[in-house]
Amino acid sequence: MADLQSQNYIRRSATTMTPPTTRSNVEEVAKLIDVSRCIGCKACQSACMEWNDLRPEMEEFQGAYENPHDLNPGVWTLMRFAEYENDHGDLEWLIRKDGCMHCEDPGCLKACPAPGAIVQYANGIVDFISDACIGCGYCIKGCPFNIPRVSEKDHKSYKCTLCSDRVAVGLEPACVKTCPTGAIMFGTKADMKDWAEERIEELKERGFENAGLYDPAEVGGTHVMYVLHHRDKPSLYSGLPDKPHISAVIGLWKHVLKPVALAGIAFAALGAFVHGIVSGPMEVEEEDEAEARKEMERRAKS
Amino acid sequence: MQLTRRGFIKLTGAGLAASSIGALGFGIAGSAQAAAVRQFKLSAATETRNTCTYCSVACGILIYSQGDRAKNVKQAVIHIEGDPDHPVNRGTLCPKGAGLLDIVHAPGRLTKPKYRPAGGTEWKEVSWDFALDRIARLMKEDRDANFIAKNKDGATVNRWTSTGMLAASASSSETSYLTWKWARSLGMVAFDNQARV
Amino acid sequence: MTNSWQDIKNADLVIVMGGNAAEAHPCGFKWVIEAKIENKAKLIVVDPRFTRTASVADYYAPIRPGTDIAFLSGVMRYLLENDKIQHEYVRSFTNAGLIVKEGFAFEDGLFSGYNEEKHTYDKSSWDYELDEQGFAKIDETWKHPRCVINLLKKHLDRYTPEMVSRICGTPQDKFLKVCEMIASTSSPERSMTSLFALGWTQHSVGAQNVRSMAMVQLLLGNIGVAGGGMNALRGHSNIQGLTDVGLLSSAMPGYMTMPKDSEPTFDKYMETRQFKPLRPGQMSYWQNYRKFFVSFQKAIYGNAATAENSWAYDWLPKLDVPDYDILRAFEMMDKGQMNGYICQGFNPMQAFPDRGKIRRSLAKLKYLVVVDPLDTETANFWQDFGPQNPSDPASIQTEVFQLPCTCFAEEDGSLVSSARWLQWHWKAADAPGEAKTDIFIIAGLYQRMKAMYAKEGGAFPDPLLNLTWQYADPDEPHPSEMAKEMNGRALADLKDANGNVILKAGQQLDGFAQLKDDGTTMSGCWIFSGSWTEKGNQMARRDATDPREAGIAPNWAWAWPANRRILYNRASADPSGKPWAPHKPVIKWNGASWVGFDTPDYGPTVKPEDSMGPFIMNQEGVGKLFARGGMAEGPFPEHYEPFESPVDNVLHPKVKSNPAARVFPSDREHFGKGEDFPYVGTTYRLTEHFHYWTKHAKINSILQPEEFVEIGEVLAKEKKIEQGGWVRVWSKRGQVICKAYVTKRIKPMMVDGKPTHVIGCPIHWGFTGVARKGYGANTLTPFVGDANTNTPEFKAFLLNIEPTSRPPAIDLAHGPRKAGRSA
Repeated sequence: MADLQSQNYIRRSATTMTPPTTRSNVEEVAKLIDVSRCIGCKACQSACMEWNDLRPEMEEFQGAYENPHDLNPGVWTLMRFAEYENDHGDLEWLIRKDGCMHCEDPGCLKACPAPGAIVQYANGIVDFISDACIGCGYCIKGCPFNIPRVSEKDHKSYKCTLCSDRVAVGLEPACVKTCPTGAIMFGTKADMKDWAEERIEELKERGFENAGLYDPAEVGGTHVMYVLHHRDKPSLYSGLPDKPHISAVIGLWKHVLKPVALAGIAFAALGAFVHGIVSGPMEVEEEDEAEARKEMERRAKS
Repeated sequence: MQLTRRGFIKLTGAGLAASSIGALGFGIAGSAQAAAVRQFKLSAATETRNTCTYCSVACGILIYSQGDRAKNVKQAVIHIEGDPDHPVNRGTLCPKGAGLLDIVHAPGRLTKPKYRPAGGTEWKEVSWDFALDRIARLMKEDRDANFIAKNKDGATVNRWTSTGMLAASASSSETSYLTWKWARSLGMVAFDNQARV
Repeated sequence: MTNSWQDIKNADLVIVMGGNAAEAHPCGFKWVIEAKIENKAKLIVVDPRFTRTASVADYYAPIRPGTDIAFLSGVMRYLLENDKIQHEYVRSFTNAGLIVKEGFAFEDGLFSGYNEEKHTYDKSSWDYELDEQGFAKIDETWKHPRCVINLLKKHLDRYTPEMVSRICGTPQDKFLKVCEMIASTSSPERSMTSLFALGWTQHSVGAQNVRSMAMVQLLLGNIGVAGGGMNALRGHSNIQGLTDVGLLSSAMPGYMTMPKDSEPTFDKYMETRQFKPLRPGQMSYWQNYRKFFVSFQKAIYGNAATAENSWAYDWLPKLDVPDYDILRAFEMMDKGQMNGYICQGFNPMQAFPDRGKIRRSLAKLKYLVVVDPLDTETANFWQDFGPQNPSDPASIQTEVFQLPCTCFAEEDGSLVSSARWLQWHWKAADAPGEAKTDIFIIAGLYQRMKAMYAKEGGAFPDPLLNLTWQYADPDEPHPSEMAKEMNGRALADLKDANGNVILKAGQQLDGFAQLKDDGTTMSGCWIFSGSWTEKGNQMARRDATDPREAGIAPNWAWAWPANRRILYNRASADPSGKPWAPHKPVIKWNGASWVGFDTPDYGPTVKPEDSMGPFIMNQEGVGKLFARGGMAEGPFPEHYEPFESPVDNVLHPKVKSNPAARVFPSDREHFGKGEDFPYVGTTYRLTEHFHYWTKHAKINSILQPEEFVEIGEVLAKEKKIEQGGWVRVWSKRGQVICKAYVTKRIKPMMVDGKPTHVIGCPIHWGFTGVARKGYGANTLTPFVGDANTNTPEFKAFLLNIEPTSRPPAIDLAHGPRKAGRSA
């Protein structure tokens, strides 16, 4: 396939090439999810499936409105519902659309060992290029938000594309267009931040004194941002990370583990390991994390 | 540095599969097949304005169908999204409206008239003529047998109570008007729609 | 809806009670969010459950299902007690000052005139005292003890905050907070809109639920104004249209009514439909009834309807009962009094109460015709689908036809939105397989029956043989032909007062003002007159321009009547013609005529000083706080318990439930009692699904795959029900085995000192479709209807619940069971 977009990407996984820089006047885009306007109707999920031709498996009801129950290769966005009783004893039903945050500094891309399998366009969209994906699952480990999912069928990793096909022709993403209450907005990142400010001011007037914008600096900001009524406690919203960070293990990967792994090419039993990663849980053990951090610090000093 | 055994295996294993491709020389060459967004699928599809079939917010929708209406094309609906010009929905659709494509192409869509005789244990496919002839005959028989021209006081009442009808609240007003004319000209009184339920 | 969807953004306060707008009408609900953001509006939700609408509300108050009248009566009492009514509006635009005749009374739960045997009222005492000219007497000072406002105060006196809380289970502080917020809109500049749906109508007191809020709105001066009104959010895409065109047992197109046995002649029929003004100088627009009626008969019977045969009056069937509604039809079927039934896009096996009775009744038919784009439970009622539909096909003697029809994407035509907009749509693709339009099917049956009657004769064939059918293709008329017929045309040259021809014979009418009662005009639905004029199809207009962003968009499609977007909009201005809220005027008097973005709902040049009331369809010209004989169970709303209720009626224990409600004697035996069924059940839709259709759509089935009930944590703990675990839920009529969703969003309410638990039953699953197989919530619901509309009481009934284990796989598997496999 011809690379028609080649001049529009700014980052590319597992590549040391310098991205083309001529097209410097591309506006960064962003999706703003205002959870205070969200009614949890799942129109975004529906439109996402319809536009992207996804029809994941129908699951069972498991005692929650979340359906399906988690992101998966066919579920690129998911409404998550949390019943929260606040300090006054009043119930708040905190509903959050979960999906790729399109980080400015994408952990998935950093972690990805497959050249060109993850790219970031100049408009900020982080996209997975299935052709180049090897299904290793590193993107999941690299992601501070636990978003990508590897398909057991084709061993490719999938997530929200921010409808890069629509955005490329000047349209808004499908979820944005369909959102009945305007809880999902789309525009330049600058405009979205301005709009968020207005919304936050209004929420404060309505008594949500901790209302604020979730555009976490830990990942360089995101191209999917949230307006939260409780910016002080993001984790109330079905575990949105209070302080998202890219695992230090990922930083370590390129420096330490890659040579180790390459050395390991002699092992014939590779497939088993790969399988273990693809289908196994992706959490980083705490001790690994700590060790990796120490190692990185040591190297930084030396 | 110490990694737990499980962590180490997973990390190196995955890294291996991936890196080996790069290290074996595809790293740079791979750029030839790098980032290219999916083709936009509606570029030349036919766009038809319609109204969502579900609730009576009556959202404007755009139905996209494959083909340009040329004679040799069997139009098939490939995508439906909101009409941005519509003053009420302004392009938005709810989870039902956004999934309209799947009701148009539902596996449960009916394609042939079917008939089940009295005491029958399964459906039989029949022709339209068979179905309409038979229904018209059954209706006439019932009407002729049970039509009430006058009540017990001798007043003209011209009603038919033994066959009833429920009319479709997702059909057009034009359909419903034609239905009214037909049903009432027969004297039908047990006549209702979804307004109550 | 009195107002439009976009007009909701003009509200200062939105109350969602008796509905769940965010879930059932998400795209219309956007205008609530818009009001919050652009207008700093507040949103109140009063509901038994903390719904997705409540999740974005500024204030939520719980209420026990079936007690809305007590709540709203308490609100009215609060408004009157605290003098939070819009005085000038109430004085000028309501019947507050009219004097009710002696003999009207209310005692121990019954109004004057009750007949215990027939469960109906003689309503003759529910009327005004008239003067010599036949006008209602008035006391402008409101001092007369029998003027409406004083009778109302007396009637409401019992609904103290304590009493409201005792009946409704709403904590007093929450009730009072809601009252306070509502009261803030009594100022002339502020408005509240009421958004409701089946949460109010599906009760044995449904119509009075709605009426209670309409009275609140009149007291606050919120009817006819921007951002106000009574907004019934209707369910199906053309349910408004089918109601407008009169596809109801007792209805005719344009809200005319079918004749009764007691009206054997046209003159007798017209006697009760003259609608003479009850106050001097009032328009009482229904005085034109005769023009609408004659023009309608000309539309359907053409030259066969003449002055000599009273416009073929005899050809209309006469009703011997108020309604052959759905409940009566199935009662008749069950008794063997009905032989044939046609379900056009309708699935009563899922939609009607007491599914067991529905299934049993269908099996007694000689023939059943189901016309639908989709496979339905009704078409397959005779098949054995296991516990969700146990059946012995060989024993069922019903002939069943299943006719495939087109869906929206495959046909042209117009639909009427909840906001009364007639919008045209266009065909995008051919139907699958051999599916045909409904029009083809109706025309096919008509042509066949006509031919049979012409050839063989039979019972009274005249109406059928003379029905107008002047369509280019009589076997499948084009929708545009019916649309033009509904609009109507001149049958002779129409002249103005000076003798100038304004329309030539054969030309389309400009509007219903041109209708005549002498047979020189025809119109199939007078309220649609103006929708397809000589200027073309007005329903297809697509100019979305909305001056001052008022929420009117007058040139988008076409709204009945007369392209009016806000009903009763004369009431948006004070008696002198100045808008109550100058920042959001709808119409105003400019010294010579009424002007505004919207079409005035009034005589365009009637001067304010002529004191013609704004409610021009009413004989009084004003809004009615006292309904006269308009309601079956009383001129004021009164709290009656649901037919299945866990508590007594604390106001009048002897009259527990609606004394005029529709109950068939055999169904009374199937009502459960609180001691056996201690929990209150209520049914509803989820936002992911549309009734019983979207279980056929993969996307929606993925979003909500399986039948479940919602229960609170306290009840779950008491009953040892686990999150997501299997439960058996049962009523006196049947049982459902499904999953449980244990939630903080349903809490026990203290009702008359006792904790009351609610079990929520979403309605969407059945035994056809791609979603998981379910029993359908209507397996549980009681067969009882509202006193005025016969709407079934789906929103409040009694249940019991217990945990159970996962059913065997065969009970969950899709498809009919083969004989011998079903054990």
